[in-house]
Amino acid sequence: MQAKKRYLFLLSAGACLVLLFYFGGVQLPASGRNRHDRSHNGYRPDQPWPHFSDPLQQFLPWDQLDTEEYNIHISPRQKRDVNTSVYKGKRCRMDSCFDFSACKKNDFKVYVYPQQKGEKISESYQNILSTIEGSRFYTTDPGQACLFILSLDTLDRDSLSPQYVHNLKTKVQNLHLWNNGRNHLIFNLYSGTWPDYTEDLGFDIGQAMLAKASISTENFRPNFDVSIPLFSKEHPRTGGDRGYLKYNSIPPFRKYMLVFKGKRYLTGIGSDTRNALYHVHNQEDVVLLTTCKHGKDWQKHKDARCDKDNAEYDKYDYREMLHNSTFCLVPRGRRLGSFRFLEALQAACVPVMLSNGWELPFSEIINWNTAAVIGDERLLLQIPSTVRSIHQDKILALRQQTQFLWEAYFSSMEKIVLTTLEIIQDRVLQQESRSTLMWNSHPGGLFALPQYSAHLGDFPFYYATLGIKPYPKFTAVIHAVTPLVSQSQPILKLLVAVAKSPYCAQIIVLWNCDKPLPAKHRWPATSVPVIVIEGENKVMSSRFLPYETIVTDAVLSLDEDTVLSTTEVDFAFTVWQSFPERLVGYPARSHFWDSNKERWGYTSKWTNDYSMVLTGAAIYHRYYHFLYTNFLPASLKGMVDQLANCEDILMNFLVSAVTKLPPIKVTQKKQYKETMMGQSSRASRWADPDHFAQRQTCMNKFASWFGGMPLVHSQMRLDPVLFKDQVSILRKKYRDIERL
Amino acid sequence: MCASGKYSSRGPALIPRMKTKHRIYYITLFSVVLLGLIATGMFQFWPHSIESTADWGLDRRSVHDAPLIRLPVANPIPERGDLSCRMHTCFDVYRCGYNPKNRIKVYIYPLQRFVDEVGVPISSTGLSREYNDLLSAISDSEFYTDDVTRACLFVPSIDVLNQNSLRIRETAQALAMLPRWDKGMNHLLFNMLPGGPPDYNTALDVPRDRALLAGGGFSTWTYRQGYDVSIPVYSPLSADVELPERQPGPRRYFILSSQTAIHREYRAELERLKEENGEALLLLDKCSNLSQGVASARKRCYKGQVFDYPQILQESSFCVVLRGARLGQATLSDVLQAGCVPVILADSYILPFSEVLDWKRASVVIPEEKLPEMYTILKSIPHRQVEEMQRQARWFWDAYFSSMKAIGMTTLQIINDRIYPYAARTYEQWNNPPLVKWSSVNSPLFLPLIPPRSPGFTAVVLTYDRIESLFRVITEISKVPSLAKLLVVWNNQNKSPPEGEKKFKCPECTAIDGLSLDQTHMVERSECINKFASVFGTMPLKVVEHRADPVLYKDDFPEKLKSFPNIGSL
Repeated sequence: MQAKKRYLFLLSAGACLVLLFYFGGVQLPASGRNRHDRSHNGYRPDQPWPHFSDPLQQFLPWDQLDTEEYNIHISPRQKRDVNTSVYKGKRCRMDSCFDFSACKKNDFKVYVYPQQKGEKISESYQNILSTIEGSRFYTTDPGQACLFILSLDTLDRDSLSPQYVHNLKTKVQNLHLWNNGRNHLIFNLYSGTWPDYTEDLGFDIGQAMLAKASISTENFRPNFDVSIPLFSKEHPRTGGDRGYLKYNSIPPFRKYMLVFKGKRYLTGIGSDTRNALYHVHNQEDVVLLTTCKHGKDWQKHKDARCDKDNAEYDKYDYREMLHNSTFCLVPRGRRLGSFRFLEALQAACVPVMLSNGWELPFSEIINWNTAAVIGDERLLLQIPSTVRSIHQDKILALRQQTQFLWEAYFSSMEKIVLTTLEIIQDRVLQQESRSTLMWNSHPGGLFALPQYSAHLGDFPFYYATLGIKPYPKFTAVIHAVTPLVSQSQPILKLLVAVAKSPYCAQIIVLWNCDKPLPAKHRWPATSVPVIVIEGENKVMSSRFLPYETIVTDAVLSLDEDTVLSTTEVDFAFTVWQSFPERLVGYPARSHFWDSNKERWGYTSKWTNDYSMVLTGAAIYHRYYHFLYTNFLPASLKGMVDQLANCEDILMNFLVSAVTKLPPIKVTQKKQYKETMMGQSSRASRWADPDHFAQRQTCMNKFASWFGGMPLVHSQMRLDPVLFKDQVSILRKKYRDIERL
Repeated sequence: MCASGKYSSRGPALIPRMKTKHRIYYITLFSVVLLGLIATGMFQFWPHSIESTADWGLDRRSVHDAPLIRLPVANPIPERGDLSCRMHTCFDVYRCGYNPKNRIKVYIYPLQRFVDEVGVPISSTGLSREYNDLLSAISDSEFYTDDVTRACLFVPSIDVLNQNSLRIRETAQALAMLPRWDKGMNHLLFNMLPGGPPDYNTALDVPRDRALLAGGGFSTWTYRQGYDVSIPVYSPLSADVELPERQPGPRRYFILSSQTAIHREYRAELERLKEENGEALLLLDKCSNLSQGVASARKRCYKGQVFDYPQILQESSFCVVLRGARLGQATLSDVLQAGCVPVILADSYILPFSEVLDWKRASVVIPEEKLPEMYTILKSIPHRQVEEMQRQARWFWDAYFSSMKAIGMTTLQIINDRIYPYAARTYEQWNNPPLVKWSSVNSPLFLPLIPPRSPGFTAVVLTYDRIESLFRVITEISKVPSLAKLLVVWNNQNKSPPEGEKKFKCPECTAIDGLSLDQTHMVERSECINKFASVFGTMPLKVVEHRADPVLYKDDFPEKLKSFPNIGSL
């Protein structure tokens, strides 16, 4: 019994020990095992990176830098020359295939070859050429040119296409300025043909740059070629339709989540993705439709699903889907790019790209992640869950960005071409190039000219983004056209009133009068400096020249006979500080569509809305001086100078085209309403009966150049907070405005 | 655990004395076992820190403990990097999968020491301090996974930061031996000093199949855009020297050149510039009379005058970063740290992290050929721009250059952004310094749109129990043609809202109408404002002096012709 118990006891004790080792004993032996392992076959792979305690060497020895003197034997110049000779063809870059010396300093001029008789040119290419010829880059002198554009139509290089130009190789080689394509830019929409759709243009482009649609990352030479969007023959030449987004809806979801309607290719290049779309189609909010019915012999290749797909395809309307979907699928077709892309962009339907290896349009400057979802063809089945995972806020932002990009760079052929040229100009001028922010935020790169300043804070558009404010003073620019004869002339009163404003930094008198400058003592003594500038050629446009003497962000533009009180100026300036990108003025005018005459009409009647403020008394950002002078074509500025009229209309057109918003009218003393703008003064141009008719003509001319009517109506006037309220006048800050 | 073991083994010694009371025996025995188990359990589940500190104490890990791998001579060598590689051709995206966090998983191979047949290591330095820092940073980050089967990206523990210390062929063989190498697919190599004499290739010469390269010093010809990542050359001074951030503004010198290994042609051109512009330029070189070593790296000289480096960089507005044998220069990092605007002269150089960083706002890039015009070019930059660039430069260093951790995390984030582009960080997130992020205003409705009247508006009326005024409001507002919908929010838990058109009489209602005049009410609202401002960290409200009125408001004009004649006619 005892023995039995003893055994029992020993057994239990043993069991206890075994148990103990089993549970807790891992500790010691394991660390022993670890040590053992380490010396044989590595750490356990599932361990984070260990903390090593030994002193490790630095990767860069201190003396290495000193000993590696830059290729002692080769001079840097030689090295550069080697690069230029080695990197040709597919490896072309600006450094190796572009002649910067051809571009004179700060001058980016583009030459277009004269068109040969008998050479047929497609309408699209004709539009490209005329856009360049109408742009400020154009030069007729090849000696001045930095960039050359062929007059041979290279848009369609699909040899089966009727637009295909034959013998391009010889024709190009015969051009005496060709120079093996150096500094040439070749536009192309289609290349290659069935069945392999290569990206070869069918002639030797030498060292020329390509502005090409559907270009693949493989063939794209970064910072040398430009990827352009595929656009149709019907794409408008100028202006172009605006985006379809009229207002933001919150939450931003539409009837459909994701849609697509298009051809299916069954076999051959680019067919896989579209053939697989039916897997994702759910007939509800993800509607992906394909048809096999295209081409002559589709029946021959048709597969088991074709009939079902075709029937489903006919049930839905493409337009209806485009307008009512949050996301639009843009799968590759035979080529990488498709018309879908621009269609979706315009329709504010966020494009979901399924086109692996497509270098997206203007990828050099546009951050597409902010306006599209870049999908991967390999992950097609994940696409629905991916788009569903995108947060509402993000959808709202993506959608708005589609509209911004559409209107900034894609809505017309002109914009596409100018964007291409501006991208190349940025590379050439380097020091005067746009930052990513300028390209990707309102108003976009075509309106933000880097030649004006390298500093974002100098533009009227980025204050909020940078969290800064405009300089809190203004420069008054008074446009003087009548000689100074009496001390009671309105200009002198105006000078004194403006100079009294605490926000006035300086006054510039622009002397555009034929009489010589009055003596210095004739001007009243003021607390701010008065600078008199003799106008260049005494033309109207000179009032909007970007004078270097203007040091403030704000400009108060004045006619010599304007009547304004200091209070009115002060108030307008405080308003401008809240709206630095807009025109802030007093007397307002309006435009309307005259359906009888089928033209735009101009009115100065008192109406319930307005779309212009007169620049005889207006505050705006000095950048608009630069833009007026450098952005607008000579034809429009010439018209203004010749008529000595319409400069204010043109400025309103320009600012509204940039901001897409109306100007701002502020309140003014009422008794001056009629007399203001010199309608009492006989010498004034405003008294001329032709004056008004001219302004109608101007409007229509301007609208045709802008490719549409940029002016926007407003029903709002900004008044001081207590304006005409029934409170004591003493409590009002801007009391002079309502005091008669 | 050891203690409990002893207790139970002492047990048998008690047996003779307690022969008859075996019950107590068993009880004692089981309680001992139980105690032992509890004690064991405590050891088992005690927080791991105890274990690791114990580990630190008795077992300091050393790189020399890493297993030694002998490379057979005949081992295969990977192919040279394929220049046409892009994410959609050379990267296996299926490994990354779809995950709710949109974050890639990165695996680090355990450390091994590779030697050739005769036992010579493949690298003269082995694991460098910097690469070790980089790998620890990755392993401490949210990207890290220890599960090789779930990894999307693989980082070898073979250090290839500096090509100088590598044996090219053997390193390549070692890479090919990695268990998951699979033609380099989804493998990421970090290299800062590529190439070697005399040609100094701009990308790592080690054949690497399809591996991604995070390289310092890419040229436009070797950089596979959208595939490789251009990274900075880490400056060892970053860790050693603390330079306090200086306020942007004018500096003592206009241009400073601090590099010691400048080609003599360029040095001659810099000296010519110095002659023309005098004091504005400071042209430093290495000190000839100092002893070698760390000390010499921290000193620069100009005609016998000794300056502390990198401190002297803070005394200049612009600092020249000229290419050397390589395009990538560690000087760039020092210059950024000093808040000096880098003037980069390195043709065809792909700037670090250029995929996401907007270098135009932080630097000036000048073609090498235009070095003689440098002074004129820099002079034309407005002061405000220089200040912004100074701030931006320092911010880039703080966020992306300051440590191997920063460099590694930025690289991974860039790759992450490519794999989950819809969740990518924005331009503002990458480029705006904290100060700007804080003060900038980015409206969620940023598109300039003037919405049409057609959709109208929804009126939301908040109410407690002032039924009469509620009905008054409803009657008035329903006259408005643009009203699309009217929503009444009933805020009274004690009463249910009135039904239909039935009108309630509420005697107290009028009495509360004077609410806004109530003094305590004002005090409460002031308190609210203070509370909100403190939570926001700033006062977001802005004061304006204008008010929007209809164009013809209060004008001497027939009221009939005004669009909004009744405004202000209370």
